[in-house]
Amino acid sequence: MAKKTSSDLDLGELELAAGNGLVDRRGFLNRAGSAAGILGTGLASLAVSPAQADPLKVQDWTKTPGLGFTAYGQPSQYENGVGRGPIVEPNAMYKTGPGSIRSPLQFLDGMITPNGLHFERSHNGIPDIKPDEHRLLIHGLVKRPQVFTLEALSRYPMTSRISFVECAGNSGSLYGKTAADGTAQTLHGLLSCAEWTGVSLALLLDEAGVDPKAKWLLAEGADAASMTRSIPLAKALDDAMIPLYQNGERLRPSNGYPMRLLVPGYQGNMNVKWLHRLKLTEGPTMTRDETSRYSLLLKEGKVAQFKFPLDAKAVITKPSPGLTMKGAGLYEISGLAWSGNGKIVRVDVSADGGKSFAPAVLSEPVLSKALTRFRLPWKWDGGPAVLQARAVDDTGYVQPTRDALVAARGNSPAYHNNAITNWAVAVDGGLKHVYA
Amino acid sequence: MFTRNALGAALLVLVAGQVIAAETPHLGTPVTPADIAAWDTSISPDGTGLPPGKGSAAQGKEIYALKCTGCHGVAGEGKPADRLTGGQGSLATDAPIKTVGSYWPYATTLFDYVRRAMPLNEPMSLTNDEVYAVSAYVLSLNGLIGEKTELNAKTLPKIKMPNHDSFFIVYPGNLK
Repeated sequence: MAKKTSSDLDLGELELAAGNGLVDRRGFLNRAGSAAGILGTGLASLAVSPAQADPLKVQDWTKTPGLGFTAYGQPSQYENGVGRGPIVEPNAMYKTGPGSIRSPLQFLDGMITPNGLHFERSHNGIPDIKPDEHRLLIHGLVKRPQVFTLEALSRYPMTSRISFVECAGNSGSLYGKTAADGTAQTLHGLLSCAEWTGVSLALLLDEAGVDPKAKWLLAEGADAASMTRSIPLAKALDDAMIPLYQNGERLRPSNGYPMRLLVPGYQGNMNVKWLHRLKLTEGPTMTRDETSRYSLLLKEGKVAQFKFPLDAKAVITKPSPGLTMKGAGLYEISGLAWSGNGKIVRVDVSADGGKSFAPAVLSEPVLSKALTRFRLPWKWDGGPAVLQARAVDDTGYVQPTRDALVAARGNSPAYHNNAITNWAVAVDGGLKHVYA
Repeated sequence: MFTRNALGAALLVLVAGQVIAAETPHLGTPVTPADIAAWDTSISPDGTGLPPGKGSAAQGKEIYALKCTGCHGVAGEGKPADRLTGGQGSLATDAPIKTVGSYWPYATTLFDYVRRAMPLNEPMSLTNDEVYAVSAYVLSLNGLIGEKTELNAKTLPKIKMPNHDSFFIVYPGNLK
């Protein structure tokens, strides 16, 4: 009896949902029988399975005892090519000065960023904070100014939420006049998502007794930049928290150990790391990092200040530059979508540079202000293609094209670029960032 | 102090999405203004928080030469760090140059930032007089004050920065 191989599934029968080979998500789901079938080995084997497999052999690792236990685990040695980068240090004189390093989005899957790969941005290095000597001060327009130790905060009821953090400067090169050569990591990697666990800020402010005159609060870090940002009190009372844990373990030093601020959906730097002071004020303090930085220089020299939420954006991570495709066949297009204004409700994918779109499958859970994984099968015919993904959130906001964003804002804002990215696929399977 | 039952009640109301002050832990320690003086250094745009002290550009020139030129250049031309001077009139062009003189909307921000974060290799090492003086020097390099103008808690907030009126506040709205 002939073995049934994956090639018996006739790709020609798949129902197409948009131009240049995008497969209907429902049609494919029905054929494959289950989502697991699509996302597991089935898809890869469809694309590359040879006529006859090699005979299986019993490997050495099956015949010899393996290694023992370690206190803190590390990734497989065969994955050591997966790491953050590049290191950007604007100040060449001081190796620890302000800088950043980006998450390798194209090598990750799912919605959570592992702690060792969470992007980093700091304004004067990562402080080495002794947790017992760290203090959080709440003062200003409050009835009861007070300080908290880490031990005290650790005794509060904990709350958890999965939230993305994105640097306001992420994707900023897309304001440029020519398309920067780059990967999902180098263009969009100032983006990560974790489960944060800590104390509700509203609870602590309630204990401190906020004066009705207070409308803002200044959040300050204990780092050598004394990073400071003004946060609207309404946001602090809505969904802000003080995380002590990141994906189940204590915060990493580069992500604010022993405590930080989380203002879900707002500019990354407002999630002040190494948080040690909250001062309730009537108005914003107008610190350097909310005036000369993280403001948007628009056309005619106008400057937009206090644009806080990161608007909806989607980025295809697979395939993407650096991940060369291996011949015509069926592939999965997969990526990340998110909105600082709420929940992703739809991601449209195009393989013909935006002429036609098909809706992707959104992987559960789909959470407000968290990264959402999307997937869509694509039957690549081996010819040129331009891949796009376009996010829509539950406010009805639709991610703009780059042309539309630049027409509205000019080339100089530097921050909050959420334009649609184009990945051009060449006949050799290589991908490249282009403007449509 | 709270009892085990009280903490349980607090947990329950948190799950319901509400917080009742009387049933939360209250583990903060009260502080006085004197306790927090070393940390309470932020400065509002109206000058609230500016400390006693004074300085002029003439006094700041020497401090700048010693502490700032390595990163910001002899006359604030920048590299490797931010350019501090020039650029006025460039913001609406294809090659905008953002400096203290061309871009920053408040002079108080300069004092606040220098005092908390500069110089990069030894933040908080300058005295208040030195911060007033070096702030005065940067403002004078931009032609915003004279060499002999004394900066202090009264005069600094009165300086109107050239780009102040280009700023508009987006919150609580959003920018499309």
